[in-house]
Amino acid sequence: MAIEPRTRRERITLGVLLSPGLFWLIFFFALPFLLIFIYSFLDRGKFGGLVWEFQFDNYIRFADQLYIRIFIRSIIIAAITTVICLLIGYPMAYWMALQPSRTRNTLLLVIMLPFWTNFVIRTYAWRMILARQGQINQLLIALNIITKENAPTYLNTNGAVILGLIYIWLVAMILACYASITGLDRSLLEAAQDLFANPVRTFFRVTLPLTLPGIISGSILVFVPSFGAFVTPDMLGGGKADMIGNLISQQFGEASDWPFGSAISTILMVVMLFGTLLYFRGLRREKVQS
Amino acid sequence: MTVPAVELVNVIKHFGDVVAVNDVNLKIEDGEFFSLLGPSGCGKTTTLRMIAGLETLTSGEILLRGKAIGQTPAFKRPVNTVFQNYALFPHLTVERNVAFGLEMHKIPKEEIKKRVAEALDMVLMGDLSRRRPNQLSGGQQQRIALARALVNRPEVLLLDEPLGALDLKLRKAMQLELKQLQEQVGITFIYVTHDQEEALTMSDRIAVMDEGKILQIGAPQEIYEHPNTRFVADFIGETNFLEGTVSDINGEAIDVSLDDHTIVKAHSDLSVQKGQKVGVVIRPEKINLASSGMVEGKVLEIIYIGTDTRYVVQLKDNTSITVREQNLNSTQANKYKRGDKVGLNWDPANAQVLKK
Repeated sequence: MAIEPRTRRERITLGVLLSPGLFWLIFFFALPFLLIFIYSFLDRGKFGGLVWEFQFDNYIRFADQLYIRIFIRSIIIAAITTVICLLIGYPMAYWMALQPSRTRNTLLLVIMLPFWTNFVIRTYAWRMILARQGQINQLLIALNIITKENAPTYLNTNGAVILGLIYIWLVAMILACYASITGLDRSLLEAAQDLFANPVRTFFRVTLPLTLPGIISGSILVFVPSFGAFVTPDMLGGGKADMIGNLISQQFGEASDWPFGSAISTILMVVMLFGTLLYFRGLRREKVQS
Repeated sequence: MTVPAVELVNVIKHFGDVVAVNDVNLKIEDGEFFSLLGPSGCGKTTTLRMIAGLETLTSGEILLRGKAIGQTPAFKRPVNTVFQNYALFPHLTVERNVAFGLEMHKIPKEEIKKRVAEALDMVLMGDLSRRRPNQLSGGQQQRIALARALVNRPEVLLLDEPLGALDLKLRKAMQLELKQLQEQVGITFIYVTHDQEEALTMSDRIAVMDEGKILQIGAPQEIYEHPNTRFVADFIGETNFLEGTVSDINGEAIDVSLDDHTIVKAHSDLSVQKGQKVGVVIRPEKINLASSGMVEGKVLEIIYIGTDTRYVVQLKDNTSITVREQNLNSTQANKYKRGDKVGLNWDPANAQVLKK
């Protein structure tokens, strides 16, 4: 629905109504991003700080094997996280959507409950569980599967980072899938059965295509923050520039190289933007189809 | 006699404590247009869904051409359904919607194409094959739903109030079209509706249901002219109901004495005894108004409805009787005034005695 202001008065009203949102977008999104974008073309001073000299060096610097490897590793970790979240989240959302409405509300509450605790604290809990003397190893020792001497640590591995990311972002996948599955017209599933589709075919021919928007938005909701994550890899991955988020935070922190950090941020932004654009184009095609 | 297309044997369906279908027995012949008629919640849709396999049976059996299918899952039953809300797949074109059932049977692409085109032509929707369901009107969606079911050449086609969402004019046109289509393809139709007129117009036979039970099965004329219960008489068309006791029996001709000792002449296929409390059912259009008659009363209301005039006549015991007279000439409606004393007469053969 397009809003078309007809009179001067309407135009003013529209401006007033839109101003809080516009203000928010300009001051908290557009301006910071513009700053980062400008910084990315500057040079780093000898003792940190900025030297106002326009150049492309920061972008050229990123094309280094070391950074590309971090970039690719981040994509892989985020992709694995997304796929596992989908494989756990979709069936769970499906099962939830089948429950009577009272049970459903309780389940939603239970799923969101952990969010009342700060996620740094929750991630610390995982540090304890995964540590050499942690609960996992205690259990395995008690079961005589391993001994105290050869107990491994699970911390500071890619696996631990993926686990941490899944733990944080699974709920986003569940909620996105849940929303589209509850919106699915059950009579379509009956129609498919009536037209000789067994349960497996009903799922792949009807349920899956019709809940695809939920899968796509869930995947974006998991992939984007996982790709840029830095707290989780810092706490569970050892924090040695495991992922691109750590690299950026290092540039702004210890390395005091704001221009390079800005360049990496800009690259990250552009990649994400393209991903989202592709997603919206996919959605539009879906809309035309349905 | 040949094997019935569909047979229901002692079919019972419970939803928790609620008995939705209570011991239904039914034989539907091959090629028949059979209607399940009743008010909402009478179990007609549940019965249909059990034949489709979309509901399980609590007990009993369903036979399709003599073969038990009560435990067969829906996707293995050679029956198809036209759903009340059409349930067309929104992500598929009209063509792919219609092809869905054939694709599941892994029929060669060429044949699918041919049969889909035929089915769409049959429902006059050939031009719309590339459209999506949401680009179609209700009537068009209804036709596509019909084509999607018929293209599979099912043993039985199940229709769950398929015309319910259409406006009156379109509904009337579709009634005739559906009936013609059914005669053309020769497939057994089981049609669920709460609209008695729809059932009378289209069906070869009708089963009237209430509270999970079948009250009467018969041809439209039989059900209308010889209802076996007050419920059926009331549900199928307008009706008048008088109460009294049997005062004289002469074969099938019965005299019934009303509470005010007026004797009315009626007819019964059932055996009744003298002194028995009975009801008499008589249709408004079967009553003649005259200055005097078998029963007398005064005109309470006159309603002009174009083709007919409807009179509400109040009897001495305050029972209201509706009479319909055809407007054979333009002044017919002016024959009586409100408050006039009138007599009611009818052919005893048209007044049906019901046991109480």
